[in-house]
Amino acid sequence: MATIVGCICTSHIPAIGGALAKGLESEPYWQPFFDCFPPVRAWLDRVQPDVAVVFYNDHGLNFFLDNMPTFAVGAAEEYLNADEGWGIPPLGLYPGDPKLSWHVMQSLVSEEFDPASCQRMLVDHAFAIPMQLLWPDKGSGPRASVPIAINTVQHPLPSPRRCYKLGQAVGRAIASYPEDLKVVVVGTGGLSHQLEGARAGHINKAFDLLCMSKLVDDPTALIRYSIDDLVETKGSQGVELIMWIAARAAMTGSVTKIHSNYHIPISNTAAGLLVLENRDPPQFM
Amino acid sequence: MRNDMETPSPITPAGARDGLPAARRHALSRGRLVEGTPIFDGERARRGYALNRLCFSLNQRENRDALLRDEDAYCRQYGLNNEQREAVGSRNVEALLRAGGNICYLAKLAGCFGMNVQDIGAQLV
Repeated sequence: MATIVGCICTSHIPAIGGALAKGLESEPYWQPFFDCFPPVRAWLDRVQPDVAVVFYNDHGLNFFLDNMPTFAVGAAEEYLNADEGWGIPPLGLYPGDPKLSWHVMQSLVSEEFDPASCQRMLVDHAFAIPMQLLWPDKGSGPRASVPIAINTVQHPLPSPRRCYKLGQAVGRAIASYPEDLKVVVVGTGGLSHQLEGARAGHINKAFDLLCMSKLVDDPTALIRYSIDDLVETKGSQGVELIMWIAARAAMTGSVTKIHSNYHIPISNTAAGLLVLENRDPPQFM
Repeated sequence: MRNDMETPSPITPAGARDGLPAARRHALSRGRLVEGTPIFDGERARRGYALNRLCFSLNQRENRDALLRDEDAYCRQYGLNNEQREAVGSRNVEALLRAGGNICYLAKLAGCFGMNVQDIGAQLV
């Protein structure tokens, strides 16, 4: 049966893509951010996941307002990171696992979720930049990915509570998959930031650190907040915490914090990183 | 750029303030107003559809080239209204937001005109 080795929650700020493309990792502005990733890669080297299930949010590459699902599960053979119009170079193709994707879809719908299924899907920086950060060497990444997009563009957005339940359901789906493979769940976005309006540049370090702490051992404390609450405290784009909540909720066993980091600022954003190892209780046949 | 080191807000669970069940409260309100924070709800989306559709088209390089070659013609092609056309011409992000633009799509327009998110933020604060 499939097992969940853990989850990684990380920011996906587009400027990171520019820094990687220009080789700026050692520059004073960037070094404190990039220096926090070697321990994550060492953990990934140890646990060797076969598949990454990635909760992320599309920023206007795959979906437009004409047809905007709240949740969408990728069910494609492969996913292309394509031009988003800003000049960061696309990062290429990612193999999919349609069999696992459809198992997840089947399981979610049977639990009365209503996700869209995407048999063709472009993945934007919110998927591709974390993949690049976690597996920078070509060919070193998982053999396949299943992207799960959560709408953060068109309000009304799904609540933190709903995203938590989605994450739990995805965790159960993975745990019921009848193939021996190891899955790492990734949640991308955040942390606090706001790009538009008079509060552009808003960052809330204290609340970000509280959220990171609660995600480790008391994640349900975060689901009492509404989307309005997150907008108010973390900024309009700080709602991306919902992807972190979904990834954390997918953990089916007890979790141990492996690594974390928080760095301000990267572009207009508070950059966060959290790695949790998942241990399921032993199964007795 | 503001960099608030705030203590966590004393947020109570949604619905607790007024005693209404959460579902009813949500039905009554499209979300509370947060000062300095436009929310891209259905009303904004309806107003800004043509503008956002133009911006979405800029994922393709040939469309970015076409916009830069003949801005008037490209905006006409996407059916922008006068307010939206003036906002595009002004390169003013606040005007573009007022005209119904969503920041995810406006970022592509800004990128096409050589602006980045710091430039966008600098205009707004």
